[in-house]
Amino acid sequence: MPAKVLVLGGGVGGTLTANLLAEELGRDGEVSVVDPTGMHHYQPGYLYVALGQANGRWLVRDERSLLRRDVRLVVERATKVDTEAGSVHLERGGSLDFDYVVLATGARLMPDRIPGLLEGSYEFYSLEGAQRLREALRRFTGGRIRVGVAGIPYKCPPAPVEFVFMVEEYLRRRGIRDRSQITLLSPLNRAFTIESASKVIQPIMEQRGIELTTFFNVEEVDPSAGTVSSLEGEKVEYDLLVLVPPHRGQQVIDDSSLGDASGWLPADKHTLQVGDDGRVFALGDATNLPISKSGSTAHFEAPVVASRIASLVKGSAPKDNYGGKVMCFLETGNGRSTVLRFDYEHPPAPPQPSRLWHAAKWMFNRLYWHTVPQGRLPDTLPLPIPTGRSES
Amino acid sequence: MTTVNIDRSIDARGMPCPGPLMSLIGAIREGELGDVIEVLSSDEGSKTDIPAWLEKSGHELVETVPDDGFMRFIVRKTR
Repeated sequence: MPAKVLVLGGGVGGTLTANLLAEELGRDGEVSVVDPTGMHHYQPGYLYVALGQANGRWLVRDERSLLRRDVRLVVERATKVDTEAGSVHLERGGSLDFDYVVLATGARLMPDRIPGLLEGSYEFYSLEGAQRLREALRRFTGGRIRVGVAGIPYKCPPAPVEFVFMVEEYLRRRGIRDRSQITLLSPLNRAFTIESASKVIQPIMEQRGIELTTFFNVEEVDPSAGTVSSLEGEKVEYDLLVLVPPHRGQQVIDDSSLGDASGWLPADKHTLQVGDDGRVFALGDATNLPISKSGSTAHFEAPVVASRIASLVKGSAPKDNYGGKVMCFLETGNGRSTVLRFDYEHPPAPPQPSRLWHAAKWMFNRLYWHTVPQGRLPDTLPLPIPTGRSES
Repeated sequence: MTTVNIDRSIDARGMPCPGPLMSLIGAIREGELGDVIEVLSSDEGSKTDIPAWLEKSGHELVETVPDDGFMRFIVRKTR
Protein backbone atom coordinates (compact mmCIF):
# COMPACT_ATOMS: atom_id res chain seq x y z
CA MET A 1 0.00 0.00 0.00
CA PRO A 2 1.42 3.44 -0.87
CA ALA A 3 1.82 5.82 2.07
CA LYS A 4 -0.73 8.64 2.16
CA VAL A 5 0.87 12.04 2.67
CA LEU A 6 -1.27 15.12 3.10
CA VAL A 7 0.25 18.58 2.77
CA LEU A 8 -1.92 21.39 4.14
CA GLY A 9 -1.17 24.65 2.38
CA GLY A 10 -0.10 25.45 -1.17
CA GLY A 11 2.46 28.15 -0.45
CA VAL A 12 6.15 27.82 -1.18
CA GLY A 13 6.80 25.31 1.63
CA GLY A 14 3.80 23.08 0.93
CA THR A 15 4.22 23.09 -2.84
CA LEU A 16 7.93 22.31 -2.75
CA THR A 17 7.53 19.60 -0.10
CA ALA A 18 4.77 17.91 -2.13
CA ASN A 19 6.78 17.97 -5.37
CA LEU A 20 9.94 16.65 -3.70
CA LEU A 21 8.04 13.91 -1.89
CA ALA A 22 6.19 12.74 -4.99
CA GLU A 23 9.49 12.54 -6.86
CA GLU A 24 11.26 10.72 -4.05
CA LEU A 25 8.47 8.29 -3.18
CA GLY A 26 7.24 7.41 -6.66
CA ARG A 27 4.79 4.50 -6.34
CA ASP A 28 5.50 4.20 -2.64
CA GLY A 29 3.46 7.34 -1.89
CA GLU A 30 0.25 9.21 -2.67
CA VAL A 31 0.82 12.91 -2.12
CA SER A 32 -2.04 15.42 -1.87
CA VAL A 33 -2.02 19.17 -1.30
CA VAL A 34 -5.06 20.70 0.42
CA ASP A 35 -5.40 24.43 -0.12
CA PRO A 36 -8.42 26.69 0.45
CA THR A 37 -7.99 28.79 -2.73
CA GLY A 38 -5.91 26.71 -5.11
CA MET A 39 -4.00 29.88 -5.98
CA HIS A 40 -0.32 30.43 -5.19
CA HIS A 41 0.87 33.95 -4.33
CA TYR A 42 4.45 35.21 -4.63
CA GLN A 43 4.12 37.38 -1.54
CA PRO A 44 7.47 39.25 -1.74
CA GLY A 45 6.01 40.98 -4.80
CA TYR A 46 3.35 42.86 -2.82
CA LEU A 47 5.94 45.49 -1.88
CA TYR A 48 6.55 46.31 -5.55
CA VAL A 49 2.80 46.52 -6.22
CA ALA A 50 2.38 49.05 -3.38
CA LEU A 51 5.09 51.25 -4.89
CA GLY A 52 3.74 51.03 -8.43
CA GLN A 53 6.70 48.99 -9.71
CA ALA A 54 4.66 45.92 -10.64
CA ASN A 55 1.07 44.94 -11.21
CA GLY A 56 -0.57 42.06 -9.38
CA ARG A 57 -0.82 39.68 -12.35
CA TRP A 58 2.68 38.22 -12.07
CA LEU A 59 2.20 37.48 -8.38
CA VAL A 60 -0.55 34.86 -8.61
CA ARG A 61 -0.64 31.50 -10.38
CA ASP A 62 -2.87 28.46 -10.32
CA GLU A 63 -1.40 26.03 -7.78
CA ARG A 64 -2.16 23.14 -10.15
CA SER A 65 0.34 24.54 -12.66
CA LEU A 66 3.13 24.37 -10.04
CA LEU A 67 2.54 20.80 -8.89
CA ARG A 68 3.78 17.61 -10.48
CA ARG A 69 1.07 15.63 -12.27
CA ASP A 70 1.25 12.86 -9.70
CA VAL A 71 0.41 15.25 -6.83
CA ARG A 72 -3.32 15.56 -6.18
CA LEU A 73 -4.70 19.04 -5.44
CA VAL A 74 -7.77 19.38 -3.21
CA VAL A 75 -9.15 22.91 -3.29
CA GLU A 76 -10.96 23.08 0.01
CA ARG A 77 -10.41 24.52 3.45
CA ALA A 78 -9.15 22.09 6.10
CA THR A 79 -11.06 22.63 9.33
CA LYS A 80 -9.46 20.15 11.73
CA VAL A 81 -6.46 17.87 11.91
CA ASP A 82 -7.06 14.73 13.99
CA THR A 83 -3.57 13.39 14.58
CA GLU A 84 -4.78 10.38 16.59
CA ALA A 85 -7.22 9.20 13.93
CA GLY A 86 -4.87 10.24 11.10
CA SER A 87 -7.44 12.34 9.27
CA VAL A 88 -8.09 15.89 8.16
CA HIS A 89 -11.64 17.25 8.17
CA LEU A 90 -12.72 19.49 5.31
CA GLU A 91 -15.10 22.43 5.22
CA ARG A 92 -17.72 20.77 3.00
CA GLY A 93 -18.01 17.80 5.35
CA GLY A 94 -15.61 15.24 3.89
CA SER A 95 -12.34 14.03 5.33
CA LEU A 96 -8.99 12.72 4.10
CA ASP A 97 -6.89 10.04 5.81
CA PHE A 98 -3.14 10.31 6.16
CA ASP A 99 -0.12 8.33 7.25
CA TYR A 100 1.93 11.54 7.36
CA VAL A 101 0.75 15.15 7.44
CA VAL A 102 2.75 18.28 6.64
CA LEU A 103 1.36 21.48 8.14
CA ALA A 104 2.38 24.31 5.82
CA THR A 105 -0.60 26.46 6.69
CA GLY A 106 1.22 29.78 6.96
CA ALA A 107 0.22 32.81 9.02
CA ARG A 108 -2.98 34.81 9.16
CA LEU A 109 -3.32 38.59 9.36
CA MET A 110 -5.30 39.80 12.37
CA PRO A 111 -5.86 43.53 11.77
CA ASP A 112 -8.84 43.65 14.15
CA ARG A 113 -6.52 42.94 17.09
CA ILE A 114 -5.45 46.61 17.12
CA PRO A 115 -8.29 49.14 17.58
CA GLY A 116 -8.54 51.51 14.62
CA LEU A 117 -5.93 49.70 12.51
CA LEU A 118 -8.35 48.61 9.76
CA GLU A 119 -9.87 52.05 9.32
CA GLY A 120 -6.77 54.13 9.92
CA SER A 121 -3.85 52.40 8.23
CA TYR A 122 -2.63 50.74 5.04
CA GLU A 123 -0.65 47.54 4.60
CA PHE A 124 1.22 45.66 1.87
CA TYR A 125 0.86 42.15 3.32
CA SER A 126 -1.98 41.17 0.99
CA LEU A 127 -2.47 41.85 -2.71
CA GLU A 128 -5.61 43.90 -2.04
CA GLY A 129 -3.83 45.85 0.69
CA ALA A 130 -0.88 46.59 -1.58
CA GLN A 131 -3.22 47.83 -4.32
CA ARG A 132 -5.03 50.13 -1.87
CA LEU A 133 -1.71 51.48 -0.61
CA ARG A 134 -0.57 52.14 -4.18
CA GLU A 135 -3.65 54.32 -4.76
CA ALA A 136 -3.15 56.13 -1.44
CA LEU A 137 0.46 56.88 -2.37
CA ARG A 138 -0.64 58.22 -5.77
CA ARG A 139 -3.01 60.63 -3.99
CA PHE A 140 -0.34 61.61 -1.43
CA THR A 141 0.98 65.12 -1.99
CA GLY A 142 3.25 65.46 1.03
CA GLY A 143 3.04 65.08 4.80
CA ARG A 144 3.98 62.61 7.50
CA ILE A 145 4.34 58.95 6.53
CA ARG A 146 4.69 56.62 9.52
CA VAL A 147 5.62 52.98 8.99
CA GLY A 148 5.43 50.46 11.79
CA VAL A 149 4.82 46.95 13.01
CA ALA A 150 1.72 46.05 15.03
CA GLY A 151 3.01 42.73 16.39
CA ILE A 152 5.98 40.37 16.42
CA PRO A 153 6.49 37.86 14.83
CA TYR A 154 5.51 38.94 11.34
CA LYS A 155 6.31 37.69 7.86
CA CYS A 156 9.36 38.95 5.96
CA PRO A 157 11.08 40.95 8.71
CA PRO A 158 13.01 43.23 6.29
CA ALA A 159 9.82 44.42 4.55
CA PRO A 160 9.06 47.54 6.67
CA VAL A 161 12.68 48.71 6.32
CA GLU A 162 12.58 48.03 2.58
CA PHE A 163 9.36 49.99 2.37
CA VAL A 164 10.79 53.13 4.03
CA PHE A 165 13.81 53.09 1.70
CA MET A 166 11.70 52.53 -1.38
CA VAL A 167 9.01 55.07 -0.49
CA GLU A 168 11.76 57.65 0.14
CA GLU A 169 12.99 57.09 -3.43
CA TYR A 170 9.39 57.13 -4.71
CA LEU A 171 8.69 60.54 -3.11
CA ARG A 172 11.96 61.96 -4.49
CA ARG A 173 11.04 60.85 -8.00
CA ARG A 174 7.66 62.52 -7.65
CA GLY A 175 9.31 65.73 -6.46
CA ILE A 176 7.53 65.77 -3.09
CA ARG A 177 10.30 64.44 -0.83
CA ASP A 178 11.02 67.89 0.65
CA ARG A 179 7.37 68.18 1.69
CA SER A 180 7.39 64.77 3.36
CA GLN A 181 8.62 63.23 6.58
CA ILE A 182 9.22 59.48 6.78
CA THR A 183 9.44 57.73 10.15
CA LEU A 184 10.03 54.08 10.92
CA LEU A 185 8.28 53.13 14.18
CA SER A 186 10.31 50.16 15.36
CA PRO A 187 9.14 47.84 18.16
CA LEU A 188 12.78 47.37 19.20
CA ASN A 189 15.61 49.71 20.18
CA ARG A 190 16.99 49.52 16.63
CA ALA A 191 15.65 49.52 13.08
CA PHE A 192 15.72 45.76 12.52
CA THR A 193 15.40 42.60 14.59
CA ILE A 194 18.96 41.46 13.82
CA GLU A 195 21.61 43.75 15.29
CA SER A 196 24.26 43.23 12.59
CA ALA A 197 21.74 44.16 9.90
CA SER A 198 20.67 47.26 11.86
CA LYS A 199 24.27 48.44 11.83
CA VAL A 200 24.19 48.47 8.02
CA ILE A 201 20.67 49.87 7.73
CA GLN A 202 20.62 52.73 10.24
CA PRO A 203 23.45 54.83 8.71
CA ILE A 204 21.67 54.65 5.33
CA MET A 205 18.40 55.75 6.94
CA GLU A 206 20.24 58.71 8.44
CA GLN A 207 21.78 59.65 5.08
CA ARG A 208 18.34 59.59 3.48
CA GLY A 209 16.68 61.63 6.23
CA ILE A 210 14.45 58.75 7.35
CA GLU A 211 13.64 59.10 11.03
CA LEU A 212 13.67 56.22 13.50
CA THR A 213 11.45 56.00 16.58
CA THR A 214 12.48 53.06 18.75
CA PHE A 215 10.49 50.95 21.20
CA PHE A 216 7.19 51.80 19.53
CA ASN A 217 4.87 48.80 19.90
CA VAL A 218 1.59 49.83 18.31
CA GLU A 219 -1.37 49.72 20.69
CA GLU A 220 -4.09 51.79 19.04
CA VAL A 221 -4.85 53.86 15.96
CA ASP A 222 -7.23 56.82 16.12
CA PRO A 223 -8.24 57.47 12.50
CA SER A 224 -10.31 60.58 13.25
CA ALA A 225 -7.48 62.27 15.16
CA GLY A 226 -4.85 60.88 12.77
CA THR A 227 -2.73 59.44 15.58
CA VAL A 228 -1.11 56.13 16.44
CA SER A 229 -0.30 55.24 20.06
CA SER A 230 2.23 52.84 21.49
CA LEU A 231 2.24 50.48 24.43
CA GLU A 232 5.15 52.58 25.71
CA GLY A 233 2.88 55.62 26.03
CA GLU A 234 3.86 57.66 22.96
CA LYS A 235 1.37 59.18 20.53
CA VAL A 236 2.42 60.14 16.99
CA GLU A 237 0.46 62.09 14.35
CA TYR A 238 0.33 60.81 10.78
CA ASP A 239 -0.98 61.74 7.36
CA LEU A 240 -0.35 58.27 5.90
CA LEU A 241 0.06 55.29 8.20
CA VAL A 242 1.44 51.95 6.99
CA LEU A 243 1.36 49.14 9.55
CA VAL A 244 2.20 45.47 9.35
CA PRO A 245 -0.91 43.86 10.89
CA PRO A 246 -0.57 41.43 13.81
CA HIS A 247 -0.12 37.80 12.73
CA ARG A 248 -1.09 34.46 14.27
CA GLY A 249 -1.35 30.84 13.16
CA GLN A 250 -4.28 29.62 11.06
CA GLN A 251 -7.73 28.83 12.42
CA VAL A 252 -7.33 25.12 11.58
CA ILE A 253 -4.32 24.97 13.92
CA ASP A 254 -6.31 26.61 16.75
CA ASP A 255 -9.29 24.33 16.12
CA SER A 256 -7.05 21.24 16.20
CA SER A 257 -5.41 22.34 19.49
CA LEU A 258 -2.00 21.86 17.91
CA GLY A 259 -0.58 25.36 18.31
CA ASP A 260 0.76 27.50 21.14
CA ALA A 261 -1.07 30.52 22.60
CA SER A 262 -0.48 32.44 19.34
CA GLY A 263 -1.45 29.55 17.09
CA TRP A 264 2.14 28.71 16.03
CA LEU A 265 3.08 25.03 15.76
CA PRO A 266 5.73 23.86 18.24
CA ALA A 267 8.07 22.10 15.82
CA ASP A 268 11.46 20.61 16.62
CA LYS A 269 13.98 23.16 15.31
CA HIS A 270 16.06 20.48 13.51
CA THR A 271 13.65 17.68 12.55
CA LEU A 272 10.61 19.97 12.02
CA GLN A 273 8.51 17.26 13.63
CA VAL A 274 5.48 18.20 15.75
CA GLY A 275 4.74 15.93 18.69
CA ASP A 276 6.22 12.51 19.31
CA ASP A 277 4.43 10.10 17.02
CA GLY A 278 6.66 10.86 14.00
CA ARG A 279 3.97 11.53 11.44
CA VAL A 280 3.23 15.25 11.87
CA PHE A 281 5.63 17.85 10.44
CA ALA A 282 5.45 21.62 10.09
CA LEU A 283 7.38 24.22 8.15
CA GLY A 284 7.35 27.82 7.01
CA ASP A 285 5.40 30.62 8.67
CA ALA A 286 3.22 28.15 10.59
CA THR A 287 5.91 27.14 13.11
CA ASN A 288 7.02 28.76 16.36
CA LEU A 289 10.70 28.41 15.45
CA PRO A 290 13.00 31.31 16.40
CA ILE A 291 13.78 32.07 12.76
CA SER A 292 12.39 34.46 10.13
CA LYS A 293 8.92 33.85 8.83
CA SER A 294 9.77 33.97 5.13
CA GLY A 295 9.52 32.04 1.91
CA SER A 296 13.26 31.46 2.09
CA THR A 297 12.92 29.64 5.42
CA ALA A 298 10.21 27.39 3.97
CA HIS A 299 12.33 26.83 0.86
CA PHE A 300 15.24 25.50 2.91
CA GLU A 301 13.01 23.52 5.29
CA ALA A 302 11.02 21.69 2.60
CA PRO A 303 13.83 19.32 1.47
CA VAL A 304 14.36 18.31 5.12
CA VAL A 305 10.68 17.47 5.67
CA ALA A 306 10.47 15.62 2.34
CA SER A 307 13.63 13.64 3.02
CA ARG A 308 12.59 12.68 6.56
CA ILE A 309 9.13 11.50 5.49
CA ALA A 310 10.59 9.58 2.53
CA SER A 311 13.01 7.82 4.89
CA LEU A 312 10.20 6.89 7.28
CA VAL A 313 8.07 5.52 4.42
CA LYS A 314 10.99 3.43 3.19
CA GLY A 315 11.72 2.15 6.68
CA SER A 316 15.10 3.81 7.16
CA ALA A 317 16.18 6.28 9.85
CA PRO A 318 15.71 9.93 8.83
CA LYS A 319 19.03 11.74 8.60
CA ASP A 320 18.49 15.26 7.27
CA ASN A 321 18.18 18.14 9.72
CA TYR A 322 17.33 21.81 9.30
CA GLY A 323 20.13 24.09 10.50
CA GLY A 324 18.14 27.33 10.45
CA LYS A 325 19.33 28.44 7.03
CA VAL A 326 17.72 31.61 5.65
CA MET A 327 18.73 33.86 2.80
CA CYS A 328 16.83 36.99 1.92
CA PHE A 329 17.44 40.21 0.09
CA LEU A 330 16.87 43.62 1.59
CA GLU A 331 16.14 46.45 -0.84
CA THR A 332 17.68 49.78 0.19
CA GLY A 333 16.30 51.88 -2.69
CA ASN A 334 18.28 53.68 -5.42
CA GLY A 335 18.61 50.37 -7.27
CA ARG A 336 20.64 48.71 -4.52
CA SER A 337 20.11 45.78 -2.17
CA THR A 338 21.96 43.89 0.46
CA VAL A 339 21.53 40.26 1.43
CA LEU A 340 21.01 38.49 4.76
CA ARG A 341 22.36 34.94 5.00
CA PHE A 342 22.31 33.21 8.36
CA ASP A 343 21.40 30.10 10.31
CA TYR A 344 20.82 29.09 13.93
CA GLU A 345 24.51 29.40 14.78
CA HIS A 346 25.70 32.22 12.53
CA PRO A 347 24.16 35.70 12.49
CA PRO A 348 24.18 37.53 9.16
CA ALA A 349 27.05 39.80 8.10
CA PRO A 350 25.28 41.77 5.37
CA PRO A 351 27.52 43.38 2.74
CA GLN A 352 27.13 47.06 1.85
CA PRO A 353 24.18 47.45 -0.55
CA SER A 354 25.09 47.10 -4.21
CA ARG A 355 23.49 47.07 -7.65
CA LEU A 356 24.59 43.47 -8.08
CA TRP A 357 22.43 42.22 -5.20
CA HIS A 358 19.52 44.29 -6.48
CA ALA A 359 19.93 42.61 -9.89
CA ALA A 360 20.07 39.21 -8.14
CA LYS A 361 16.82 40.00 -6.32
CA TRP A 362 15.06 40.93 -9.56
CA MET A 363 16.41 37.85 -11.28
CA PHE A 364 15.05 35.75 -8.39
CA ASN A 365 11.66 37.50 -8.67
CA ARG A 366 11.51 36.56 -12.36
CA LEU A 367 12.81 33.00 -11.99
CA TYR A 368 10.73 32.09 -8.92
CA TRP A 369 7.83 30.49 -10.80
CA HIS A 370 10.11 28.18 -12.79
CA THR A 371 12.52 27.15 -10.06
CA VAL A 372 11.54 27.28 -6.38
CA PRO A 373 8.19 25.40 -6.25
CA GLN A 374 9.59 22.63 -8.46
CA GLY A 375 12.81 22.23 -6.50
CA ARG A 376 14.95 23.33 -9.42
CA LEU A 377 16.89 25.88 -7.36
CA PRO A 378 19.61 24.13 -5.37
CA ASP A 379 19.58 24.87 -1.66
CA THR A 380 23.30 25.62 -1.76
CA LEU A 381 23.30 28.63 -4.03
CA PRO A 382 26.71 29.28 -5.59
CA LEU A 383 26.26 33.03 -5.29
CA PRO A 384 29.41 35.12 -4.95
CA ILE A 385 29.79 37.84 -2.32
CA PRO A 386 29.81 40.93 -4.54
CA THR A 387 32.33 43.67 -3.99
CA GLY A 388 29.96 46.22 -5.47
CA ARG A 389 30.21 49.90 -4.72
CA SER A 390 29.32 51.00 -1.24
CA GLU A 391 26.15 52.96 -0.60
CA SER A 392 26.63 56.62 -1.43
CA MET B 1 16.26 35.04 45.52
CA THR B 2 13.28 37.33 45.17
CA THR B 3 10.48 37.28 47.73
CA VAL B 4 7.95 38.91 45.40
CA ASN B 5 4.96 36.81 44.33
CA ILE B 6 5.24 36.00 40.63
CA ASP B 7 1.98 36.16 38.63
CA ARG B 8 3.45 34.88 35.38
CA SER B 9 6.78 33.28 34.51
CA ILE B 10 8.21 33.21 30.98
CA ASP B 11 11.01 30.77 30.26
CA ALA B 12 12.78 32.40 27.31
CA ARG B 13 16.06 30.53 27.85
CA GLY B 14 17.60 29.53 24.53
CA MET B 15 15.52 32.09 22.67
CA PRO B 16 17.65 34.46 20.58
CA CYS B 17 17.30 38.24 20.67
CA PRO B 18 14.72 39.86 20.49
CA GLY B 19 12.62 36.87 21.63
CA PRO B 20 12.84 37.38 25.44
CA LEU B 21 11.99 41.09 25.18
CA MET B 22 9.11 40.46 22.79
CA SER B 23 7.76 37.76 25.14
CA LEU B 24 7.85 40.28 27.98
CA ILE B 25 6.10 42.90 25.86
CA GLY B 26 3.40 40.34 25.01
CA ALA B 27 2.92 39.51 28.70
CA ILE B 28 2.66 43.21 29.60
CA ARG B 29 0.04 43.65 26.87
CA GLU B 30 -2.04 40.80 28.25
CA GLY B 31 -1.41 41.41 31.95
CA GLU B 32 -3.32 43.36 34.63
CA LEU B 33 -2.08 46.46 36.43
CA GLY B 34 0.20 45.38 39.29
CA ASP B 35 1.03 41.96 37.80
CA VAL B 36 4.55 40.71 38.46
CA ILE B 37 6.15 38.96 35.50
CA GLU B 38 9.36 36.95 35.59
CA VAL B 39 11.44 36.49 32.42
CA LEU B 40 14.23 33.91 32.29
CA SER B 41 16.70 34.74 29.53
CA SER B 42 20.08 33.34 28.50
CA ASP B 43 20.48 35.93 25.73
CA GLU B 44 23.21 38.50 26.46
CA GLY B 45 21.27 41.24 24.65
CA SER B 46 18.46 41.00 27.23
CA LYS B 47 20.74 42.57 29.85
CA THR B 48 20.52 45.87 27.98
CA ASP B 49 17.30 45.49 25.92
CA ILE B 50 14.93 44.66 28.79
CA PRO B 51 16.04 47.47 31.18
CA ALA B 52 16.05 49.95 28.26
CA TRP B 53 12.51 49.00 27.28
CA LEU B 54 11.30 49.20 30.88
CA GLU B 55 12.81 52.65 31.24
CA LYS B 56 10.96 53.89 28.16
CA SER B 57 7.67 52.15 28.87
CA GLY B 58 7.60 53.13 32.55
CA HIS B 59 7.12 49.64 33.99
CA GLU B 60 9.16 48.69 37.04
CA LEU B 61 12.23 46.47 37.02
CA VAL B 62 11.80 45.00 40.50
CA GLU B 63 14.92 42.87 40.44
CA THR B 64 17.55 41.30 38.19
CA VAL B 65 18.83 37.98 39.53
CA PRO B 66 21.82 36.19 37.95
CA ASP B 67 21.33 32.42 37.87
CA ASP B 68 23.17 29.44 36.38
CA GLY B 69 23.84 30.63 32.79
CA PHE B 70 20.83 32.90 32.61
CA MET B 71 19.21 35.97 34.17
CA ARG B 72 15.87 36.38 35.93
CA PHE B 73 14.18 39.72 35.24
CA ILE B 74 11.37 40.48 37.69
CA VAL B 75 9.04 43.14 36.28
CA ARG B 76 5.91 44.85 37.63
CA LYS B 77 3.25 46.26 35.30
CA THR B 78 2.71 49.75 36.66
CA ARG B 79 0.31 51.35 34.20
